[in-house]
Amino acid sequence: MLNSTLSELAGALARGSISSVELTRLCLERIARLNGVLNAFITVDAERSLREARAADERRAAGRAGPLTGIPLAHKDIYCTRGMLTTCGSRMLANFVSPYDAHVVERFAAAGTVLLGKTNMDEFAMGSSNETSYFGPAKNPWDTAHVPGGSSGGSAAAVAARLAPAATGTDTGGSIRQPAAFTGVCGLKPTYGVVSRYGMIAFASSLDQGGPMARCAEDLALLMNAMAGHDARDSTSLERATEDYSRELSAPLAGLRIGLPREYFGAGIAPEVLARVREAIAWFEAHGARLVELDLPNSRLAVPVYYVIAPAEASSNLSRFDGVRYGHRARGYADLADMYCRTRAEGFGAEVKRRILIGTYVLSHGYYDAYYLQAQKVRRLIARDFAEAFERCDLIMGPTAPSTAFALGANRDDPVQRYLNDIFTIPAPLAGLPALSIPCGFDAAGLPVGLQLTGKHFAEARLLGAAHRYQQATDWHRRVPAATPL
Amino acid sequence: MPLSPDEIQRLARLARLAVSPEEGEAVRAQLNRVLNLIDEMRAVDTAGVEPMSHAVATAPGAGQRLRADAVTETDRHAEYQAVAPAVERGLYLVPKVIE
Repeated sequence: MLNSTLSELAGALARGSISSVELTRLCLERIARLNGVLNAFITVDAERSLREARAADERRAAGRAGPLTGIPLAHKDIYCTRGMLTTCGSRMLANFVSPYDAHVVERFAAAGTVLLGKTNMDEFAMGSSNETSYFGPAKNPWDTAHVPGGSSGGSAAAVAARLAPAATGTDTGGSIRQPAAFTGVCGLKPTYGVVSRYGMIAFASSLDQGGPMARCAEDLALLMNAMAGHDARDSTSLERATEDYSRELSAPLAGLRIGLPREYFGAGIAPEVLARVREAIAWFEAHGARLVELDLPNSRLAVPVYYVIAPAEASSNLSRFDGVRYGHRARGYADLADMYCRTRAEGFGAEVKRRILIGTYVLSHGYYDAYYLQAQKVRRLIARDFAEAFERCDLIMGPTAPSTAFALGANRDDPVQRYLNDIFTIPAPLAGLPALSIPCGFDAAGLPVGLQLTGKHFAEARLLGAAHRYQQATDWHRRVPAATPL
Repeated sequence: MPLSPDEIQRLARLARLAVSPEEGEAVRAQLNRVLNLIDEMRAVDTAGVEPMSHAVATAPGAGQRLRADAVTETDRHAEYQAVAPAVERGLYLVPKVIE
């Protein structure tokens, strides 16, 4: 049962071969047994989970169940949950209980899902390894000496280790897709504006987007059907007709044009990652897809542009943490300014401070045009490259990350080296495009490799369809991590 | 141009972050490396390119809306202030600002 996909579990619940209470107990037991090693969850509230499971079973008995009713899932600790801690991986919010639910949390509650708990993450979603979490890093279930990726590393580890059939994540520069790749699960970053950011603690508002993480593309589609949709409380939430993200799951691959940017297959990529990705692409070609070589000439500028725009927006967003309205406040201080400075110095970790300082610098008087405005212009050039590429292809494929999961502590004191690891995941959010990571094999050390599929705006269903066809023929997504056997 | 120790202290003040002189040196070294990385995009010719402030502007069907000018929030100050570090009689407490 634990190795079943969410879609299979939904079927079992509908047939009555298992109850939500039984399924929730299985997950809670596994969390109790393995979370000590994995540190995937920051908060678990078993009583609440079982209460919600009982309510889901009653709803089903009353004939009012939807497709996700009774399914246990975990939320990244960036989503505000009423009556439960929401820490964002930070000391600043270590005691914060939100007075309201995020839109995504409301949506899943309305669908009748069961909340298992809140997952570990890099502090304020700033990091790609989970090591910036105030609560210590989550571990990779394939090798616990390695990182699960980040920032949604706890969600990825929880899904990979079968602690939860699915989890939510958020993605600003790769925070859903890179941890999905590192842990052998699937993760979708939707088109910007498709999932409401209300109640999702803000990092970089023009890039942040919530999305699902699960074991297969079919499950991501089901989760998207619950998560997506207009919300007036997020001014960037798009007003669009409701769509069924499962509608293209059986679409044929014949004639599909797959773009292969030369920049995504160049130097600096681990040979085994490249080999696995090329094998997956060859499978698509053998099944009717047509390969189109193309260029994204400005994609090499994506990392520098991102490290202007994201810190600039972060420095502004994080100014709200002042020790007055919520969160941490320093004990001793001389006056108001001193209270702010000490509170923020104590409440934020090193990576968050670094990004606040970079953001403050690029927005400061005399530097705004040279950095922030210039970054916004280059951002448009990057988006234009994609628009031109999508005139020649339907979707773009390449590696999700240039390497498999790195060892805990690697390059800890070299932020720039860490930043460069996000080279393939940063371009899509800059352009606002949907992108998906699915497992496509392993390296010699037994660590998973991720294949990234990027589409034009609102092409989620198409990406999920292509991924689903691949997963019907492969079993990478069915493999259970060595460190967490069933 | 690399940041000087004085500039680090100025940024820390602007950002309301206490950075001790001992921490300052490590922060300065790392910030300078990041600025070095960023410099790569400064040299790009962007004459005539419109800045892209939001991903949403490029998506078809996108556009900023205005909502009706109506009261939508109810008074929940007690609930909101329950998570504040220091509150008295419905007011947030801060150190004395005016002597």
